[in-house]
Amino acid sequence: MIGNLLYIIFSGVAYGVLLFLMSAGLAVTQGLMRFANLAHAAFAMLGGYVAVTLMNSWGWPFLLTLPVAALATAIFAGILERLLFRRFYNVSQLYQIMLTVGIVSMSVASVTFIWGSVNQPVRMPDYLSSSIPIGNFDIDKYRLFLILAGGLVVWALIYGIDSTSFGAKVRAAVDNRRVTASCGINVDRLFMLAFFIGSALAGLGGALSVNLVGLSPTFALDFLAYVLIVVTLGGHGSMKGALAAALLLGVVDVAGKYYIPQTGPFIIYALTVIVLFWRPHGLFAKA
Amino acid sequence: MTAIELPATVPVPTSQEKAHKVFAFSSRWRWEEIAFWVVAAISIVVFPTHLVLIAQVLITGLFALSFDLLVGYAGIPSLGHAAFFGIGAYTAGLLARAGWTEPISGLVIAAIVAGVAGLALSVVVSRLTGIGLIMITLGVGLLLYEAAHSARGITGGDDGLSGINIAPIFGHFQFDFYGRTAVVYTFCVAFLLYLVARRIVNSPFGLELKGIRENVRRVPAIGIPLRSRYMVAFTVSAALAGVAGALLAQITQTVALSALSFDRSAAALIMVMIGGMGTLIGALVGAAAYMVAQDRLSDLNPVYWNFWVGLLLVLFVLFARGGLIGGVDRLIVWIRSKRSKS
Amino acid sequence: MNRCRFAMLLAVVLLALGSGSVLAQQTPIRIGVIYSFSGAGGTAGKEFDDIVQLFQRQHGDTINGRKIEIIRRDDGGIAPDNAKRLAQELIVQEHVDMLTGLIFTPNAVAVGTVSTPSKTPVFIVNATTSNIMAKNPYMSRYSMTATQVTVPLAKYAYKTGMRNMYVVYMDYGPGIDSGQTFMNAFTAEGGKVAGEIRVPVSATDFSAYLQRVKDAKPDGMYIFLNASGAGTAFLKQAKAQGFDKAGIKIFCAGDLVTEQALPAIGDAAVGVISSMNYSGTHDSKLNHDFVKAFMVQSGGLPPTFGGVGTYDAFTAMYKVIAAQKGQLDPDKTMELVKNLKFESPRGPIAIDPETRDIVQNVYIRRTELKGGKLVNTEIDTYPMVKDPSEHP
Repeated sequence: MIGNLLYIIFSGVAYGVLLFLMSAGLAVTQGLMRFANLAHAAFAMLGGYVAVTLMNSWGWPFLLTLPVAALATAIFAGILERLLFRRFYNVSQLYQIMLTVGIVSMSVASVTFIWGSVNQPVRMPDYLSSSIPIGNFDIDKYRLFLILAGGLVVWALIYGIDSTSFGAKVRAAVDNRRVTASCGINVDRLFMLAFFIGSALAGLGGALSVNLVGLSPTFALDFLAYVLIVVTLGGHGSMKGALAAALLLGVVDVAGKYYIPQTGPFIIYALTVIVLFWRPHGLFAKA
Repeated sequence: MTAIELPATVPVPTSQEKAHKVFAFSSRWRWEEIAFWVVAAISIVVFPTHLVLIAQVLITGLFALSFDLLVGYAGIPSLGHAAFFGIGAYTAGLLARAGWTEPISGLVIAAIVAGVAGLALSVVVSRLTGIGLIMITLGVGLLLYEAAHSARGITGGDDGLSGINIAPIFGHFQFDFYGRTAVVYTFCVAFLLYLVARRIVNSPFGLELKGIRENVRRVPAIGIPLRSRYMVAFTVSAALAGVAGALLAQITQTVALSALSFDRSAAALIMVMIGGMGTLIGALVGAAAYMVAQDRLSDLNPVYWNFWVGLLLVLFVLFARGGLIGGVDRLIVWIRSKRSKS
Repeated sequence: MNRCRFAMLLAVVLLALGSGSVLAQQTPIRIGVIYSFSGAGGTAGKEFDDIVQLFQRQHGDTINGRKIEIIRRDDGGIAPDNAKRLAQELIVQEHVDMLTGLIFTPNAVAVGTVSTPSKTPVFIVNATTSNIMAKNPYMSRYSMTATQVTVPLAKYAYKTGMRNMYVVYMDYGPGIDSGQTFMNAFTAEGGKVAGEIRVPVSATDFSAYLQRVKDAKPDGMYIFLNASGAGTAFLKQAKAQGFDKAGIKIFCAGDLVTEQALPAIGDAAVGVISSMNYSGTHDSKLNHDFVKAFMVQSGGLPPTFGGVGTYDAFTAMYKVIAAQKGQLDPDKTMELVKNLKFESPRGPIAIDPETRDIVQNVYIRRTELKGGKLVNTEIDTYPMVKDPSEHP
């Protein structure tokens, strides 16, 4: 019994770490600029495809594709931000939604055109495949890797947000953009950097998720719901909130599937609606 | 010494008369509205082999119209509006399967059920704004979709409802293979509800909605209860969407999960944007443009369709926020200015 | 001008323009295709196009002086309202003589409501639910049904020593069909079902479900998941969680291990036993030629059961058109259809005269690594199986 529960928590945390990586960027940009970026999951998808192409077509080792995927995504997102998104910061969120929905549509179509709609084949290196038997369970190495590597990134992020001056500036701007600007901080450039980092994280998350959940053009929409839920539950601008929400979501998802298999995403959506009704600004919102 | 000419006394209009003038002006029929309905009516005569398409365009247009009321007039962004369309569709479908095959009462019942659902949602939604609002509408839409998928016994799950038989309208007009009855039925219902929507929008309540859209914080400050306005807007919008769904169920005699899908909610957004938000007729024009284009291009590689629609949306949001109707309006103003100059 | 005059002018202009429309010419034979080229269909659309082009290259596009015109329409996935409207448009506007295509059951059912009153023969290429045929006298099917293909697998599992099996299937029409069929057939043989799991359609992570199965320690596991994503991830996850080490044999529907999906699954597929109506390595000259020609046409992709279903549907259509010397009558067409028997790349097939459904061999295959490539090798055959649910 306890063993089962521990295994579920292990599996859930791995999934949660993945969700966090994909959502962290959105949490910050939402809090910072109130920009409803529905294309965020599409960025994660891009990271996945970059990693897969490097591995399959150019034979790169898996670990090396990760930073490249993150960087490529960040550059692509950065260009999009400079050209398009920045015109929409003070515009109604409805237009932001439409803009980003249009971009998602275009990216799904482009991806289908280039790579086809089949699930992308991906092969992990041997040291990440198979599992380590512990008692009745097989702890699969890839999930372990996710928790360790992802945990490292999470630690770096939290450290960055809490203890660097950049992090302090971001937190200040999330709290009150105008006052921060009046302190002489270039909020525009701050946002650009935050967006860049956030998108890099999304790309990393996407690349890491391919082996766990598969990669096909529908990724951009399938994970959009989850990413939005993490950000909304965690509260805008709160990276720790996003972490807590992501871990919660991951564990609830896995536990739900284990104990009540037929409910599926129903639990997640119901949870979201209930939490939003009770705490409209998220669990950890900065009021 | 010249006599001072006193101006003749001009009667000062009362505020009620002023209000009447404002409403009389804003509720005049615009060129685009006349054009649309005339084209729609004539198409029924001129394209006897396309009647099913015309009917489905009108239904989608009605759905987009209900969405425009919510987003274009009240300014409430929602990504789950298809929920009400689906509720209406399944209600009408289940009624027919249970033996209640009279179509018009079926529409009324579907409208009521969908309206009640809209009312229920509005209670939850009235606390939220911005992204939280969008999220909860998205969440509710997805939730309903999953619930409908699981409830195979009621909704047929992903196989959908079939075997829906509808009795002839007024006991006399049987639904036929070419869709003649269907299209006239749909046209009449859509036109009637369009008139109703116009009435709502060109009324003091409509003005209040616009106020909410423009500056939601100021509205309570001038004594308008926000909550009750939200509730009415949602209920009416949901009821209209429900009628559209019920119409689809009745004329195609099937209901599928696609009635509740996110794609349908997103499509409403696209159509209203392309047509022109907050104009009512824009929703219909956008729906017509979208569906006719989709039909004509249906054997084009679908990958291309998604790409171009996405691009179009982005371009519209960048450069043409008034949509097609906005564009036509500007054209008319330009023509008039040219004429008055000459 | 004022609004009233505008309205009238517009009406008159449109009427004048519209009344000039001309009816289409009738000389070519028109085949309407309603298929899911986008949406949930995935790669099926491309395969369909490739098969049709291959077929017309091999058999030409004219019969008895009449050209065969193929008119394609995309229903966009599971959308019965779309499918019905497209069918109506194809019949009423394009005057098609017959319809084909159809992957999803709701779409097929909707098209049926149009086919029956208009007496339009429909040659179903893919939709696999058993109950479509009964109400629609002008429909015939060239793919398979879930029951037809699953019952032999249950029998085979029992025959090879499975006594206690866990059943995992996806929570949608074909999944529920297959899962229930397997459980009923397996218990009818004398086996026991250790448990069942209905996996939600949108599931992406299967570790929890797999752990549940492992905990129950069954002899084997039967799975039915859709091939486009879930099946691949599931099999890989099963390997990662040590199912082969635990000695749990994996049985599945052939849809999961199609020739196009196998490369993505990799060696997680080795040893999986599946049942299907078609395997790329089926040892007949017709099939070897077919696979070779198809791979040239498709640019290297192998054909799957969907492609074979399409190929045979077209064979059937051409046969009935030729037999009527190009002068088509729907009732006569259906009479001919009921007596169809021919050799397909999958093996011998026939159309059941009572149900108009397909009768074919069901092959039990094992997935193996041969010459560096993953293939499904036929290890047993159940000949000329009729759909058991249609013949209780």
